[in-house]
Amino acid sequence: MEKVRTIQLSKSVFEDNDREAACLREFLRERGVLLVNVMSSPGAGKTSTLIALIRALSRHCRIGVMEADIDSDVDALRVARETGCSAVQLHTGGMCHLDAAMTWQGLRALGLDGLDIVFLENVGNLVCPAEYDTGALLNMTILSVPEGDDKPLKYPLIYEKCGLVLINKIDTMQYFNFSLQRCAENIRFRNPDAEIIPISAKTGENIQRAAAYLMQAAEKIKEEKECRNKVTK
Amino acid sequence: MQVIEQVEKVAAQSDVRKVLKLHMEVGEVSSVVPALFTDCFDWAKKKTKYLQQAQLEMVILEGISYCQDCKQTYKTTAYGKQCPHCGSQRTYLVTGNEVNIKDIEVV
Repeated sequence: MEKVRTIQLSKSVFEDNDREAACLREFLRERGVLLVNVMSSPGAGKTSTLIALIRALSRHCRIGVMEADIDSDVDALRVARETGCSAVQLHTGGMCHLDAAMTWQGLRALGLDGLDIVFLENVGNLVCPAEYDTGALLNMTILSVPEGDDKPLKYPLIYEKCGLVLINKIDTMQYFNFSLQRCAENIRFRNPDAEIIPISAKTGENIQRAAAYLMQAAEKIKEEKECRNKVTK
Repeated sequence: MQVIEQVEKVAAQSDVRKVLKLHMEVGEVSSVVPALFTDCFDWAKKKTKYLQQAQLEMVILEGISYCQDCKQTYKTTAYGKQCPHCGSQRTYLVTGNEVNIKDIEVV
C-alpha cells in the first residue's frame, strides 16, 4: 500500500490571473498607454459605441482595438473598416471571458508603439468578465436602455468594478419604462464613485462628452508616466 | 479549468504518481455552482495526466458581511447589501467569495 501524502496549496484560483493582471497594469503605466476594458451584455452596443468613440477620439489620439469573441472576426473587421484604426480579433475558444494572459497576447499582436488608448472589447457577458481582471487601467461598462434600469441590481459585480458607465441607446428611451435617475441610483448604490454618461451611439448624443472623459484619463496616465521618468532620472 | 491546470502543475513539480483527492473551499456567494463545477471537473480530469482518478471535495464557506456603521456582521445571503441591524448600506463582504484550492492528497 502506497502512502498517501497531502500537499498544501491554500491558494485562490484567481491568484495566478490577478498576479498577471497586476504585472500587465504596471507595464501599461510604464508605457503610458490607457487600456480600457469594455464590458456589457450581448447587444448593448459595445462595437457601435466604440466606433462612435474612436471617430470622436481619432483626431486627438492614436487608438488600437482588441475584439474578443467566442468565434468569428466580424467585430474586428467592422471596427477596422469603419474607423481605419488597427484592430485585432481574439478568439476565446468557447470561454465566456478574457483573462490577463489573453490580453497580453492581444497586446503583443497589436503592438503598442505610438498608441495612446487601446480598447479591449470583452465578450458580451455581465458575469465572468467581472471576475477576471484583464489588467486594464479603466473598466467601462455599457448598459443599454432596453435592458432596464434595474440591471445594476441584478449584476452588481460588473458595476462595482468599473470606473465609467455609459448608458447607451438613450434615443429609444420614450419606448421603454426606463428612468435615468433610477438607473444612476442603482449604479451609485453599488459604486458611489462611478462616472455615468448617458449616450446614443446611433445619434451621437454625448459621445463627445464620453470621449473627453477618456482623453482626460489617457492624459493622466501620460502625466504619471512623465512624473515617474523624472523621479527615476 | 484553471483549477486543473494549477493542480497538474503542482503535481508535476512534486514527484507525484497520481492525485487522489482535491479539497477546495468555495464561498457561497462566489458564483460557483457546486454541482455544475463537479460535473465540469469530472469531464475535464479525463484529459489530464495526474487527475484521472481524482475526487473533488468542496467545503462551502458562508457569506458574511460587515457593516461599517454599526460594526456588526450578518449573513450576506439573507440580507444582501443592507445591514439588518442598523439599515446602513455601507457594508462589505468579509467572507464568501473565495474559490480556493486547499490541498491535494497524492501518492
